[in-house]
Amino acid sequence: MSSYHLDHLQYLETEAIHIMREVAAEFERPALLFSGGKDSICLLRLAEKAFRPSDIPMPFLNVETGHEFPELLEFRDRRAKQLGAKLIVRTVDQAIANGTATPAPGEVSRNKLQIPVLLGAIEEFRFDCAIGGARRDEEKARAKERFFSFRDAFGQWDPKNQRPEIWNVYNGRLNQGENMRVFPLSNWTEMDVWEYIRQEKLEVPNIYFSHTRDVFRRGGQLLPVPPPHTDASKPDPFAGGRPKPNEPIQSMVCRVRTIADMISTGMIDSPAITVDDIIGEVAAARVTERGTRADDKASEAAMEDRKKAGYF
Amino acid sequence: MSANHPIELLRFNTCGSVDDGKSTLIGRLLYDSKSLMEDQIEALERSADITGGGQINLANLTDGLRAEREQGITIDVAYRYFATPRRKFIVADTPGHVQYTRNMVTGASTANLSIVLVDARLGVIEQSRRHTYIASLLRIPHLVIAINKMDLVDWSEERYLEIRAEFEKFLPLLDIKDVKFIPLSALNGDNVVEPSKHTPWYVGPTLLGHLETVHIASDWNLNGFRLPVQWVNRPNNPTNKELHDFRGLSGQIGSGIVKVGQKVMVLPSGMKSTVKEIWTYDGKLQEAFCPQSITIQLEHDLDISRGDMVVGLDVLPGMGTELHAKVCWMNQRPLQRGKKYFLKHATQSVQAVVTSIDSRININNYDVQPEPAELALNDIGEIRIKTAKPLIYDGYATNRLTGSFILIEQGTNATVAAGMLQPPLEAVKPEYNDFAI
Repeated sequence: MSSYHLDHLQYLETEAIHIMREVAAEFERPALLFSGGKDSICLLRLAEKAFRPSDIPMPFLNVETGHEFPELLEFRDRRAKQLGAKLIVRTVDQAIANGTATPAPGEVSRNKLQIPVLLGAIEEFRFDCAIGGARRDEEKARAKERFFSFRDAFGQWDPKNQRPEIWNVYNGRLNQGENMRVFPLSNWTEMDVWEYIRQEKLEVPNIYFSHTRDVFRRGGQLLPVPPPHTDASKPDPFAGGRPKPNEPIQSMVCRVRTIADMISTGMIDSPAITVDDIIGEVAAARVTERGTRADDKASEAAMEDRKKAGYF
Repeated sequence: MSANHPIELLRFNTCGSVDDGKSTLIGRLLYDSKSLMEDQIEALERSADITGGGQINLANLTDGLRAEREQGITIDVAYRYFATPRRKFIVADTPGHVQYTRNMVTGASTANLSIVLVDARLGVIEQSRRHTYIASLLRIPHLVIAINKMDLVDWSEERYLEIRAEFEKFLPLLDIKDVKFIPLSALNGDNVVEPSKHTPWYVGPTLLGHLETVHIASDWNLNGFRLPVQWVNRPNNPTNKELHDFRGLSGQIGSGIVKVGQKVMVLPSGMKSTVKEIWTYDGKLQEAFCPQSITIQLEHDLDISRGDMVVGLDVLPGMGTELHAKVCWMNQRPLQRGKKYFLKHATQSVQAVVTSIDSRININNYDVQPEPAELALNDIGEIRIKTAKPLIYDGYATNRLTGSFILIEQGTNATVAAGMLQPPLEAVKPEYNDFAI
C-alpha cells in the first residue's frame, strides 16, 4: 500500500487546504493576512490549491507599520495582482493620524500599534475571520494556540479558555462582533515552509537572499540602516530607528531570516543565494528564527501579552 | 537533514498525571535529538539561574504561558516539533489535571501514537487507567507505556515486570492493537534517545528508536470511499471556456480510494453518478486516496451542497437521525437529557437533542453505571441523539473521520463534547434511489 501514502509535506498541505476550505464555507466575510513574508507566501499557494479553478474567495489584508522593507511591499503588491486578488492595506500612519492608535512615549517599534489597526480593519470591513500564517514552532505562546483561535469582541485571545479542537472538526461558530483567527500553518516548522517553497518553486522577496547592505549593531542585533528621510515637512518615520553616532555603520553581506519590519528585523550574516542554500542554513541553525527579532525579546511573555490584546 | 527522500510524519501525544514527567520527557527528546536551539537553551539556563537553583528545568520548554510558569503546571495542550533523519514528529503535550479529558482528547484525536507515562514508584494509578482508556476509546493505533523514574526504583527489573503485569490485567478489556512497554528515566535520559546502561535486562528499542520505526503507513483507512463535500467549486465568469460548466465538489477524502470512472452515490439524495474527473491544482489525477484534499467532478449535474457525502458503492455508510454514540463531556455545565445542541459531523452542522443517557463509564475501574442523571466534566458515557437532518456516517471503530462529531452549546458556542458513533444498524441500500437518474 506504499503508493497510497503521503509524505510529511503532502500531509501538512492537505491539512491546511482542508482548513482553508472550512473557512470559505463557514464564514461570511473572511480575509487572508498577506504580508509578503515567507509564511504568507505559502498561504497563498495553499489558497490556490484549495479554491482553483475559482477565484480565491476572500480579499488579502495587510497592516503596514510604515517601517517596511520597500522590497517586501513591491513583492506583496505584485503577487496580489498576479493572483487577481483584492489587496486591502491599512497603515499605522493613518491610525495615528486619526487617533485610533497612539504611540507610547519613547517607543520606536510600531509592532504593538499594529493591533488597533488590525482590529480597526476587521471592524471596517466586518471581517468575521482572518487567516494568518502563524506557526506553533515559532514561539511558546503560539505552541498553545488552536487552528481556529477564537477572539472576543475586543479581539482578545484567552489562552486558558480555548475551545477544544478534536479530529479535523473545527468549531467556527461566532456571536455578533466576535471573530476568528485561523492558522492553517500551525503544524508547519520553519524547515517545512522552506521545503514547501522549494517544492512549489515559489518566488520570495529578494531580501531573503544574500545581498550587500548597510547595517548597524544594536541590542545584539544587526539592524538595517533605514532609507534616508527626504520629506522634511513630515516627521521622520524612522526616528529612533537610525544609527546613533556610537553605532557605526558597516557594509555587510547578509539576508533576513524572518521579516518583521526594518526596525525589528535583525539581518543575519549569510552567503545563501538560493532556496537550497537557505534550507541548508535552517538545518544547521543553532538559534531559532525568532531569535533574530527584537519584538519577541522584550520579555518571556511578549508574544502572549500581544496576542491577548488582539495581535495576529 | 536530507529532504530528498520522502519523510514520514508521526503524530504522538504524551499523557500522565501531574509530576509524571511529561514535559521533562518531551524536553529530553528535543534536547537529546539536538532539536533545541542555542537561544532556547540559553532561556532555559536563564530561568534555571533565576528560579530553579541552577538546575535546568526541561519542562519550561513546553510550558509556554505565564500562568503555567508561575504555577509550575501545564494548562493547555502544547505542540512541539522535531525531526530526525528518519521522521518528522508532532508532539502534543497533554496535561493531566482538571480538564484532563478535554486536553487528552484534543491532543490525542489526531495522534498515531500515545505515550502514557507511569511513575515507577507508584505503578498503575487511577490516571494510568484513565489515560489508557481514553487512548483506547479514541482508537489510537499505537500505545507506549513509558515506565518513568526507573532511577528512583534502582532500575529494578522486578518492579518493571510488576507494573507491566498490572497493565496486562486490564489491557485485554480495551481496544488497543499495539502496546509497547519501555523502562526509562526522562530526567537522566536513559532509554529516551540513548540506550541505558542501567537496564541490561531490557532488550527493546529506546523511546525515540520506537517512534522512528513503528509502522504507521496503514493507520489511514483505505476501505470504502467517503468524500464529505466541503465546498462547491463553481468558477464565476471564467474566461476559460473549458471551465464554463465546471462544477467541482471539494473536500478531504475521509476514507478509501476514488478513481476516475468509478460509480459513486451522493447522500442523502441517494442519486448515483460516475466520477468524471479528479481535479487538483497540480493537475488531474486518475485516482486519489485518504486523506488527500481534492475536487471531483461527476458525470451528472446533481444538486449537491456542503454537508452531502459522495460515497463508494462497495461499502455503504449508514444514514439516519437516531444516533447512538459514546461521548466525552468537556464542559463545566453538565450534559442534560432533552437539551438542544449543534452537532458538527464531517462537513455538516445540524441541530440535535440528547434523547437519553444510557450509561456513564467509570474510567478508573471501567464499571458501567446505567442511566445516570447527567454527564459532568470529564465524564464518558453512552448517549442517544436525535438530529434534525439525517447524518451520513460510519462507526468510529472503522472510520475516525466519518464516525466522529462534536457537540456545540447553543448560545455560548462552546465545544462541549467529542462524540464517537456506534456502527449503523444497517447500511444505506445500494438500490436506495435507483430511479433518480
